Amino acid sequence: MILKYRLFMKFYPFARYALNPVPCAKLAKPLNTARVALVTTAGLDTPEQAGFDSFLKDGDASFREIPNTVTTSTLIESHISDTFDHSGVLADRNLAFPLDRFRELFARGEIGAMNHRHFSFMGSILRPKRLIAETAPQVAERLRADGVDVAFLTPV
Amino acid sequence: MCIQTVGLIQAAIERAGIITVSISLLHEVTDVLRPPRALFVPYKLGFPLGEPNNAALQHRIIGAALSLLSRSDVPVLEDFQA
Repeated sequence: MILKYRLFMKFYPFARYALNPVPCAKLAKPLNTARVALVTTAGLDTPEQAGFDSFLKDGDASFREIPNTVTTSTLIESHISDTFDHSGVLADRNLAFPLDRFRELFARGEIGAMNHRHFSFMGSILRPKRLIAETAPQVAERLRADGVDVAFLTPV
Repeated sequence: MCIQTVGLIQAAIERAGIITVSISLLHEVTDVLRPPRALFVPYKLGFPLGEPNNAALQHRIIGAALSLLSRSDVPVLEDFQA
Protein backbone atom coordinates (compact mmCIF):
# COMPACT_ATOMS: atom_id res chain seq x y z
CA MET A 1 0.00 0.00 0.00
CA ILE A 2 1.35 3.40 -0.87
CA LEU A 3 2.68 5.52 2.00
CA LYS A 4 0.23 8.38 1.53
CA TYR A 5 -2.65 5.91 1.86
CA ARG A 6 -1.14 4.19 4.90
CA LEU A 7 -0.83 7.54 6.67
CA PHE A 8 -4.37 8.44 5.71
CA MET A 9 -5.68 5.16 7.13
CA LYS A 10 -3.80 5.82 10.34
CA PHE A 11 -5.14 9.31 10.93
CA TYR A 12 -8.62 9.34 9.40
CA PRO A 13 -11.25 9.54 12.19
CA PHE A 14 -13.13 6.33 11.30
CA ALA A 15 -14.58 6.12 14.82
CA ARG A 16 -16.51 9.34 14.21
CA TYR A 17 -18.92 7.43 11.97
CA ALA A 18 -19.25 4.25 14.05
CA LEU A 19 -22.83 2.97 13.98
CA ASN A 20 -24.44 3.03 17.39
CA PRO A 21 -26.90 1.48 17.68
CA VAL A 22 -26.31 -1.00 14.86
CA PRO A 23 -29.49 -1.10 12.76
CA CYS A 24 -30.99 -4.57 12.36
CA ALA A 25 -33.84 -5.52 10.03
CA LYS A 26 -35.28 -9.02 9.73
CA LEU A 27 -35.54 -11.18 6.64
CA ALA A 28 -39.28 -11.74 6.61
CA LYS A 29 -39.26 -14.42 3.90
CA PRO A 30 -36.99 -17.13 2.52
CA LEU A 31 -34.25 -15.93 0.17
CA ASN A 32 -35.74 -17.90 -2.71
CA THR A 33 -38.80 -15.65 -2.58
CA ALA A 34 -36.94 -12.41 -1.76
CA ARG A 35 -36.43 -9.44 -4.08
CA VAL A 36 -32.75 -8.46 -4.25
CA ALA A 37 -30.98 -5.23 -5.22
CA LEU A 38 -27.26 -4.56 -5.58
CA VAL A 39 -25.38 -1.50 -4.38
CA THR A 40 -21.79 -0.85 -5.35
CA THR A 41 -19.35 1.93 -4.52
CA ALA A 42 -17.20 1.16 -7.56
CA GLY A 43 -18.28 4.37 -9.32
CA LEU A 44 -19.96 2.53 -12.21
CA ASP A 45 -22.37 4.27 -14.56
CA THR A 46 -24.05 3.52 -17.86
CA PRO A 47 -22.74 5.09 -21.10
CA GLU A 48 -25.77 7.44 -21.15
CA GLN A 49 -25.12 8.81 -17.64
CA ALA A 50 -22.81 11.59 -16.54
CA GLY A 51 -19.76 10.20 -14.75
CA PHE A 52 -18.93 10.86 -11.12
CA ASP A 53 -16.93 13.95 -10.21
CA SER A 54 -13.57 12.77 -8.92
CA PHE A 55 -12.35 16.28 -8.28
CA LEU A 56 -14.75 17.30 -5.51
CA LYS A 57 -12.59 17.75 -2.42
CA ASP A 58 -14.95 16.01 -0.01
CA GLY A 59 -16.06 13.34 -2.51
CA ASP A 60 -19.07 12.98 -4.80
CA ALA A 61 -22.01 11.68 -2.74
CA SER A 62 -24.35 11.34 -5.74
CA PHE A 63 -25.56 8.00 -7.08
CA ARG A 64 -26.60 6.45 -10.36
CA GLU A 65 -29.47 4.05 -10.99
CA ILE A 66 -28.31 1.03 -12.94
CA PRO A 67 -31.20 -0.70 -14.75
CA ASN A 68 -31.42 -4.44 -14.17
CA THR A 69 -31.47 -4.95 -17.93
CA VAL A 70 -28.01 -3.42 -18.48
CA THR A 71 -25.29 -5.43 -20.22
CA THR A 72 -22.79 -5.64 -17.38
CA SER A 73 -19.70 -5.27 -19.55
CA THR A 74 -20.93 -1.92 -20.94
CA LEU A 75 -20.80 -0.21 -17.54
CA ILE A 76 -18.17 2.50 -17.31
CA GLU A 77 -15.92 2.84 -14.29
CA SER A 78 -15.37 6.54 -13.56
CA HIS A 79 -13.65 5.99 -10.20
CA ILE A 80 -10.19 7.55 -10.40
CA SER A 81 -8.90 6.72 -6.89
CA ASP A 82 -5.26 5.65 -7.01
CA THR A 83 -5.61 3.59 -3.83
CA PHE A 84 -6.61 0.41 -5.64
CA ASP A 85 -5.76 -1.61 -8.72
CA HIS A 86 -8.46 -0.96 -11.34
CA SER A 87 -7.46 -3.81 -13.65
CA GLY A 88 -9.78 -6.38 -12.09
CA VAL A 89 -12.98 -4.35 -12.44
CA LEU A 90 -11.98 -3.25 -15.93
CA ALA A 91 -11.62 -6.94 -16.88
CA ASP A 92 -14.90 -7.99 -15.20
CA ARG A 93 -17.45 -5.56 -13.74
CA ASN A 94 -18.92 -8.47 -11.72
CA LEU A 95 -15.88 -8.28 -9.47
CA ALA A 96 -17.42 -5.22 -7.76
CA PHE A 97 -20.98 -5.33 -9.14
CA PRO A 98 -21.99 -9.00 -9.41
CA LEU A 99 -25.07 -8.54 -11.58
CA ASP A 100 -24.39 -11.58 -13.77
CA ARG A 101 -23.79 -13.77 -10.70
CA PHE A 102 -27.14 -12.69 -9.18
CA ARG A 103 -28.86 -13.32 -12.52
CA GLU A 104 -27.49 -16.86 -12.29
CA LEU A 105 -28.81 -17.20 -8.72
CA PHE A 106 -32.21 -16.00 -9.94
CA ALA A 107 -32.14 -18.46 -12.88
CA ARG A 108 -31.39 -21.28 -10.42
CA GLY A 109 -34.29 -20.20 -8.19
CA GLU A 110 -32.01 -19.33 -5.25
CA ILE A 111 -33.36 -15.77 -5.03
CA GLY A 112 -36.96 -14.78 -5.72
CA ALA A 113 -36.48 -11.72 -7.96
CA MET A 114 -33.99 -9.14 -9.12
CA ASN A 115 -35.10 -5.58 -8.51
CA HIS A 116 -35.62 -3.55 -11.70
CA ARG A 117 -32.84 -1.16 -10.64
CA HIS A 118 -29.60 -1.19 -8.67
CA PHE A 119 -27.49 1.66 -7.32
CA SER A 120 -23.94 2.85 -7.81
CA PHE A 121 -21.94 5.32 -5.75
CA MET A 122 -18.31 6.35 -5.98
CA GLY A 123 -16.75 5.34 -2.71
CA SER A 124 -14.10 8.03 -2.23
CA ILE A 125 -16.18 10.18 0.11
CA LEU A 126 -13.93 11.82 2.69
CA ARG A 127 -16.68 13.86 4.34
CA PRO A 128 -19.81 11.72 4.28
CA LYS A 129 -22.20 14.33 5.69
CA ARG A 130 -24.30 14.59 2.51
CA LEU A 131 -24.16 10.82 1.99
CA ILE A 132 -25.49 10.17 5.50
CA ALA A 133 -28.09 12.95 5.54
CA GLU A 134 -29.30 12.84 1.96
CA THR A 135 -28.19 10.40 -0.72
CA ALA A 136 -27.96 7.10 1.21
CA PRO A 137 -31.46 7.63 2.72
CA GLN A 138 -32.78 8.49 -0.79
CA VAL A 139 -31.52 5.17 -2.13
CA ALA A 140 -32.91 3.35 0.91
CA GLU A 141 -36.32 4.94 0.29
CA ARG A 142 -36.30 3.94 -3.38
CA LEU A 143 -35.42 0.36 -2.47
CA ARG A 144 -38.20 0.32 0.12
CA ALA A 145 -40.68 1.72 -2.43
CA ASP A 146 -39.59 -1.01 -4.87
CA GLY A 147 -40.40 -3.70 -2.30
CA VAL A 148 -36.79 -4.86 -2.06
CA ASP A 149 -36.19 -7.43 0.70
CA VAL A 150 -32.40 -7.82 0.51
CA ALA A 151 -29.59 -5.44 -0.46
CA PHE A 152 -26.14 -6.80 -1.31
CA LEU A 153 -23.36 -4.21 -1.11
CA THR A 154 -19.88 -4.29 -2.57
CA PRO A 155 -17.00 -1.86 -2.14
CA VAL A 156 -14.08 -1.78 -4.53
CA MET B 1 -12.90 5.05 1.73
CA CYS B 2 -15.08 2.64 -0.18
CA ILE B 3 -15.41 0.38 2.84
CA GLN B 4 -16.70 3.17 5.08
CA THR B 5 -19.01 4.43 2.31
CA VAL B 6 -20.50 0.94 1.85
CA GLY B 7 -21.13 0.63 5.58
CA LEU B 8 -22.86 4.01 5.81
CA ILE B 9 -25.15 3.25 2.83
CA GLN B 10 -25.78 -0.20 4.29
CA ALA B 11 -26.91 1.35 7.59
CA ALA B 12 -29.35 3.68 5.81
CA ILE B 13 -30.88 0.75 3.88
CA GLU B 14 -31.14 -1.43 6.97
CA ARG B 15 -32.85 1.43 8.83
CA ALA B 16 -35.46 1.45 6.03
CA GLY B 17 -36.30 -2.13 7.08
CA ILE B 18 -34.39 -3.90 4.29
CA ILE B 19 -31.94 -6.58 5.36
CA THR B 20 -28.38 -6.05 4.13
CA VAL B 21 -25.02 -7.74 3.84
CA SER B 22 -21.76 -6.28 2.53
CA ILE B 23 -18.30 -7.35 1.52
CA SER B 24 -15.35 -5.85 3.41
CA LEU B 25 -11.76 -5.56 2.24
CA LEU B 26 -10.49 -3.77 5.35
CA HIS B 27 -11.17 -5.60 8.60
CA GLU B 28 -10.06 -2.68 10.78
CA VAL B 29 -12.43 -0.20 9.11
CA THR B 30 -15.45 -2.53 9.32
CA ASP B 31 -14.60 -3.38 12.94
CA VAL B 32 -14.86 0.28 13.89
CA LEU B 33 -17.85 1.21 11.68
CA ARG B 34 -20.00 -1.80 12.73
CA PRO B 35 -22.37 -2.29 9.76
CA PRO B 36 -25.01 -4.98 10.50
CA ARG B 37 -23.52 -7.87 8.50
CA ALA B 38 -20.25 -8.07 6.57
CA LEU B 39 -18.05 -10.77 5.10
CA PHE B 40 -14.34 -9.97 5.22
CA VAL B 41 -12.48 -11.32 2.18
CA PRO B 42 -8.68 -11.67 2.01
CA TYR B 43 -8.22 -9.89 -1.32
CA LYS B 44 -6.59 -6.63 -2.26
CA LEU B 45 -8.52 -3.37 -2.71
CA GLY B 46 -10.29 -3.42 -6.06
CA PHE B 47 -11.00 -7.19 -5.85
CA PRO B 48 -13.99 -7.61 -3.50
CA LEU B 49 -15.21 -10.79 -5.19
CA GLY B 50 -11.79 -12.34 -5.46
CA GLU B 51 -10.83 -12.63 -9.12
CA PRO B 52 -12.15 -11.25 -12.40
CA ASN B 53 -13.85 -13.83 -14.63
CA ASN B 54 -13.83 -16.48 -11.90
CA ALA B 55 -17.57 -17.09 -11.53
CA ALA B 56 -17.07 -20.10 -9.24
CA LEU B 57 -15.07 -18.09 -6.69
CA GLN B 58 -17.45 -15.12 -6.98
CA HIS B 59 -20.38 -17.46 -6.27
CA ARG B 60 -18.63 -18.94 -3.22
CA ILE B 61 -18.07 -15.45 -1.79
CA ILE B 62 -21.64 -14.33 -2.56
CA GLY B 63 -23.03 -17.54 -1.01
CA ALA B 64 -20.98 -17.05 2.15
CA ALA B 65 -22.19 -13.44 2.39
CA LEU B 66 -25.85 -14.37 1.81
CA SER B 67 -25.62 -16.98 4.56
CA LEU B 68 -25.11 -14.10 7.02
CA LEU B 69 -28.60 -12.73 6.29
CA SER B 70 -30.09 -15.06 8.88
CA ARG B 71 -27.99 -13.44 11.60
CA SER B 72 -29.54 -10.88 13.93
CA ASP B 73 -26.66 -10.81 16.45
CA VAL B 74 -25.37 -7.65 14.79
CA PRO B 75 -22.79 -6.43 14.06
CA VAL B 76 -21.61 -9.61 12.31
CA LEU B 77 -18.16 -9.62 10.70
CA GLU B 78 -17.17 -13.07 9.45
CA ASP B 79 -13.99 -14.06 7.62
CA PHE B 80 -14.37 -15.76 4.24
CA GLN B 81 -12.51 -19.08 4.20
CA ALA B 82 -10.74 -18.86 0.83
